[in-house]
Amino acid sequence: MTAYRLTTGGLVDRSRALSFNFDGRPLRGFVGDTLASALIANDQLLVGRSFKYHRPRGIVSAGPSEPNALVTIGPGARSDPNTKATVAELYAGLTARSQNRWPSLGFDIGAVSDLLSLFIGAGFYYKTFMWPAQLWEKLYEPLIRRAAGFGRVVLERDPDTYEKSWAHCDLLVVGGGPTGLMAALTAARAGLRVILADEDFRLGGSLLSETQAIDGAPAHVFADRVVAELQALPNVTLLPRTTVFGWYDDNVFGAVERVQKHVAEPLAKLATERVWRVVARRALLATGAEERPLVFGGNDRPGVMMAGALRTYANRYGVAAGRSVAIFTNGSAGYQAARDLHAKGIAIAAIVDSRAAAEDAAPEGTRVIRSASVVDTKGRRRVSGMVVERSGFEELVACDVVGMSGGWSPVIHLACQRGAKPVWSDQLSAFVAPDVSGRLRLAGSANGIYTLSGCLGDGVAKASVIASELGFKPAQDALPETGEEADPSFTALWYAPGAKSKAFVDFQNDVHAKDLGLALREGFGHVEHAKRYTTSGMATDQGKLSNINAVGILAGMRGVKPADVGTTTFRPFYTPVSFGALAGPARDKHAAPIRKSPLHEWARKNGATFVEAGLWYRSAWFPRAGEKTGRESVDREVLNVRANAGICDVSTLGKIELFGPDAAEFLNRLYCNTLLKLPVGKARYGLMLREDGFVHDDGTVSRLAEEHFLVTTTTAMAGGVMSHMEYCSQVLWPDLKVRFCSVSDQWAQIAIAGPKARGVMQQLVEDDISDEAFPLLAAGAVTLKGGLKARLFRISFSGELAFELAVPAGFGMAVADQLMDVGRAFDICAYGVEALNVLRLEKGLATHAEFDGRVTPDDCGLGRMVSPHKADFIGKHLSSRYGLTAADRMQLVGLKPVDREKDIRAGAHLLREGMKPSTLNDQGWVSSACFSPSLGHHIALGFLKSGRERYGERIVVWDKLRDQEVVAEVCDPVFVDPEKARMKA
Amino acid sequence: MASLITCPHCGVRPKEEFAIRGDASLLRPAPTASDEAWHDYVYVRANPRGRTLEHWQHVGGCRRFLVVERDTFTHEVHSVTDGAAFARENGR
Amino acid sequence: MRYSAFSIVKNALSGNLKWKPQWRQAEPKSHYDVLIVGGGGHGLATAYYLAKEFGVKNVAVLEKGYLGSGNVGRNTTIVRSNYMLPGNEPFYEFSMKLWEGLERELNYNVMLSQRGVIMLYHSDGQRDAYIRRGNAMWMEGVAAELIERDQLKKMIPFLNYDHARYPILGGLLQRRAGTARHDAVAWGYARGADRHGVDIIEHCEVTAIRRENGIVTGVETTKGFIGCGKLALAAAGNTSRVGEMADLKLPIESHVLQAFVTEGLKPCIDHVIVYGGGHFYISQSDKGGLVFGAEIDGYTSYAQRGNLATAEHVMEEGVTMIPGLSRVRVLRSWAGVMDMSMDGSPIIDRTPIDNLYLNCGWCYGGFKATPASGYCFAHLIAKNDTHPVARFLRLDRFARGYAVDEAGAGPQPNLH
Repeated sequence: MTAYRLTTGGLVDRSRALSFNFDGRPLRGFVGDTLASALIANDQLLVGRSFKYHRPRGIVSAGPSEPNALVTIGPGARSDPNTKATVAELYAGLTARSQNRWPSLGFDIGAVSDLLSLFIGAGFYYKTFMWPAQLWEKLYEPLIRRAAGFGRVVLERDPDTYEKSWAHCDLLVVGGGPTGLMAALTAARAGLRVILADEDFRLGGSLLSETQAIDGAPAHVFADRVVAELQALPNVTLLPRTTVFGWYDDNVFGAVERVQKHVAEPLAKLATERVWRVVARRALLATGAEERPLVFGGNDRPGVMMAGALRTYANRYGVAAGRSVAIFTNGSAGYQAARDLHAKGIAIAAIVDSRAAAEDAAPEGTRVIRSASVVDTKGRRRVSGMVVERSGFEELVACDVVGMSGGWSPVIHLACQRGAKPVWSDQLSAFVAPDVSGRLRLAGSANGIYTLSGCLGDGVAKASVIASELGFKPAQDALPETGEEADPSFTALWYAPGAKSKAFVDFQNDVHAKDLGLALREGFGHVEHAKRYTTSGMATDQGKLSNINAVGILAGMRGVKPADVGTTTFRPFYTPVSFGALAGPARDKHAAPIRKSPLHEWARKNGATFVEAGLWYRSAWFPRAGEKTGRESVDREVLNVRANAGICDVSTLGKIELFGPDAAEFLNRLYCNTLLKLPVGKARYGLMLREDGFVHDDGTVSRLAEEHFLVTTTTAMAGGVMSHMEYCSQVLWPDLKVRFCSVSDQWAQIAIAGPKARGVMQQLVEDDISDEAFPLLAAGAVTLKGGLKARLFRISFSGELAFELAVPAGFGMAVADQLMDVGRAFDICAYGVEALNVLRLEKGLATHAEFDGRVTPDDCGLGRMVSPHKADFIGKHLSSRYGLTAADRMQLVGLKPVDREKDIRAGAHLLREGMKPSTLNDQGWVSSACFSPSLGHHIALGFLKSGRERYGERIVVWDKLRDQEVVAEVCDPVFVDPEKARMKA
Repeated sequence: MASLITCPHCGVRPKEEFAIRGDASLLRPAPTASDEAWHDYVYVRANPRGRTLEHWQHVGGCRRFLVVERDTFTHEVHSVTDGAAFARENGR
Repeated sequence: MRYSAFSIVKNALSGNLKWKPQWRQAEPKSHYDVLIVGGGGHGLATAYYLAKEFGVKNVAVLEKGYLGSGNVGRNTTIVRSNYMLPGNEPFYEFSMKLWEGLERELNYNVMLSQRGVIMLYHSDGQRDAYIRRGNAMWMEGVAAELIERDQLKKMIPFLNYDHARYPILGGLLQRRAGTARHDAVAWGYARGADRHGVDIIEHCEVTAIRRENGIVTGVETTKGFIGCGKLALAAAGNTSRVGEMADLKLPIESHVLQAFVTEGLKPCIDHVIVYGGGHFYISQSDKGGLVFGAEIDGYTSYAQRGNLATAEHVMEEGVTMIPGLSRVRVLRSWAGVMDMSMDGSPIIDRTPIDNLYLNCGWCYGGFKATPASGYCFAHLIAKNDTHPVARFLRLDRFARGYAVDEAGAGPQPNLH
């Protein structure tokens, strides 16, 4: 036993023990522990294996920069791989498993790669595994993939829920340590709306690990007092367990709150994680500073830890990582750690100081070795000693923990996420944030101020400036009193010379100093190249500990200053954020809004099978008893429409109503065909182009009064056409006097088609709808029996005598029911979009299966609709380009299988008989196909090069994807009733 | 930009309420204009690194097309004006 | 130095001290036969093929940042040739074939992993569109497979078969497609070009294009004037800026596209999977991170950073396609500046200005095109003649009415 729980002290609640489990071992900790502190208390320092060499690794830090202590927490579908034990709040029943080891943490077969490390240094894989080519996917890559990676993801449905929220404030303070607390307090007292976010589960930051007194009380008591005051203020929102992960345009911050990550069974009524988008007038980063590791031989052995982390474990959690701690330092922080640990009764084996002289006070009786370096560590899965080199002499110092302290780096991540580059400060030997904008500032240690009093003061000062800027009056309160403070200086040491074994820079990705040397030798000396070639800084910690040392080492090797090397780019996320939190509730059925027709319930009542169509659910067909396949239902519906009558819900069509003296002119410019002279009471088919001359959408245009029109669009393009019309009206022709709005949702629309359609309709409509009174393409207001005002259109998408009846949406159900009732005598049936599709296909009418964004009106046989006389319309000019008018363009044709028993399927391509398939020989493709119950065989529409000249030709319908070839006859696309007699009946 | 747009009709609204149509500096040529003028209008873009004018439609709000003047490098928004007003001022 | 297992062992035994730079840090000469602007994948590949295949050895590549600092180093590494239109499919298949021999060609392991790219479909209409595409691939001799739902369930069991807003009905699979290690492609071409005598000049920004009597004669750079016989632009998102120096009017908008990577995980996703209910796509890198992305942010931008709303939408699509991603943590997001063309397809062509050649419009598909783009561009520069597979990818196609519009979205770049 080396690591243990101190008998007293710390902020854990010793009266509330928690049991948890690590790799199957039942262990105990306290409320207030992290998993890491509890593991240390149980003498479990070894927690994982490294990425490449599978070396045993222990806990290094006490916070979010942890590279080693990654575990999988939680059972089954609730397991979270790669969780940092150092930030995981302990809870009763927590189960954690170590990662990247097989068969066990103690004995890992993968560790054999450590023996081969000479051969598998940085970038080795670029130079080998090239021969034979087939073996890469079969052998090498699976081996690499299996060895790499860390945690295992179960890829099961997540039982937890997530949510999102906006928040608005005058000041967002990021970080709840001494600086952040004072800043929040100052701003809050001045009346600003303040949000204080901190990633820890307890606010206070470094104050929770501090032994210094503030205003005569322990630092954590001071923190609690400030938090209590903040909590009581109505203008303050405290967000503990909340990581601000990104700074975005307009001073919007992304933050994730771990609402219930610290319980075994989250409450179902609460989200497990919540993403905040914080809109902040001002933001203050009080994110502190990161202690740097030292790069020395054997620095990755379990038991080598950050000196500051040792302090935190002892002071905040009441645990000792060992009984005999050696310190390797280049500045005062190492001494402070030694003093704190010594005060807790932990033996200090020695302090090794890389500097020749220092004012820092070592604990009484402690041996200090100056101008010295650690060159190696000893021990198997735990440090048992370190080799100290001084003036050429080596000495083995026995210890069970090595605390390392390499100086400080301000945490400037967020400030540099929007393109600004960090700036090197000689004075601080660190990269600091550039001046990024008046709306985001840094304070305290994040600003390079490392003393406690300095941090408290800077928090107040920065908050006061911000308050004044925003027009608030900050109070001039006295600063809290702190005791005497040590000089926080250090002398940068990027690499401890004379390493006897691997000196790691990036622990997690197993990048050691020699890898950087190799990268430089091979021409990868640029900091980005070095990162990408060695993978330094690319692990789950994103180089929070390692990057600065890599820069320093590269600078040293290149003989330049760190400023000349620069840093790699800081990007979101500050620490990793779950997919689930970022996705929030918009998943599964909620991934996109659901739109339902006003006749949805009517369709459901009539047994419809629904199908997704954009945001809509549309009725596909209405199966009846005995029908085994959709095809059977569809065939029946089609035949019934052709023989009797059918009704179909077409409410999903886009409907736009226009008014104004220029409405006709507006539509005339919008559609390629002429509409100016459309008579009142008439509908006309309309075709709309894009400005590049290709078909945009089609629909009907009805003139309800001189200055009143109603246009319909396809379901798919309803939104797009509306937007296009708004663009034309607002941007292109703002002076046209026209107003319009979408009425898609206001009207339920029903198609009634079939030879008996008029008979059915007449039962319902007061007005005379005989062919004389209401001929083909008539459109206008009618009154239904009972008095309901409706709109009736004599338009047909089936080739049959047909009407479309529009009624206010709320009456849709009642009217549809009524139609079914009165229609029973006429053998009416409900039909769905599948039958609708077959009916239009039999008539050769194009839909968006044909209008694929690459066809002209002429391609679809609609060339004569394009008015040659109009001065202007959208798409006119570019329609005349050579490529859009060339004779060899593909044109819409009909296709019938020569052997009528064969089927043709959409997506097949067309080939001349006897020609070999090739891109050059490709003659066209099949856009739509179906079985035609009216004809008793399959039919299809397709596009064929110069197709209209080729009616009668035999062509191969080539569907290699489904291994099917069918010979078809090219024909006119209108299969049924080309004379349109039925429609005019 | 990118996060928030101040709609002159609706106030500060999040980006996802808007749909972006594209370059707002282009003038639709007269129907009789040259092939080149039409080609340039439909296909050629100045694509500046710096200030640009773009049409954003407030589809989740007032549905107006707005002319957003912003910087394509810093993402700073300099002005937002109603598209119709902009069009009238610029001689459409 | 030739790379092999043997060279690794040999060097290891001498302490790995004898490895040489993979390419020289060249200083510019006063004149080159061909100057290539842009030291990304396409520029380097062009230089490589110019020197290796077409005998043009007096070539320099100018890169304003570090080599490979543009989109070749910030993409999602997907390599495929599953296009539909005759203007695209032969070109991308030519590229695919070059990929398949690239490692031996370059003596550099770019880790081409032909793990298969599958595009899911969610409706009958989408299925038909994919069948049309699959048959177009077969026309070019490219194998494609329609994977129906039952088969897909066995192949990729963790998709959202039961709760998706848009049901997963099947997919179109190209088995030869997959991923490659993006940085290695830039480095491998750089090393190859360097070995054939090409000067690669990093941190050298072109500030002006010099013309005499309307003919390009060289460029002003941050390292002084460099003369050239021919000037070739391969500047991706910055094409408009460089083109402007020669008064070129281009059908290009620069847009920002985000990409993401998760924390490292043990192997769990074995294919490249593309969601048909949105734009989401995902694959797993050999290091274990899940690499994914979706649509562009939508506005023109030269900033290599994206916005949160788009990022959140990407995640929504991700968990909708694969519910089990929910607890996986996203490590990092980044963004690239895409040269979006007006029809979504690239341009490899001469320009109206003599001696000035153009390679741009890669939208978000430039990585997979790298070998063919370099080869065809080199062919064009060396022979002043378009390579047959690039014959539809001309600059004047919009004026002539021959857009290559794979998405059918028309001349609005952010819809492609």
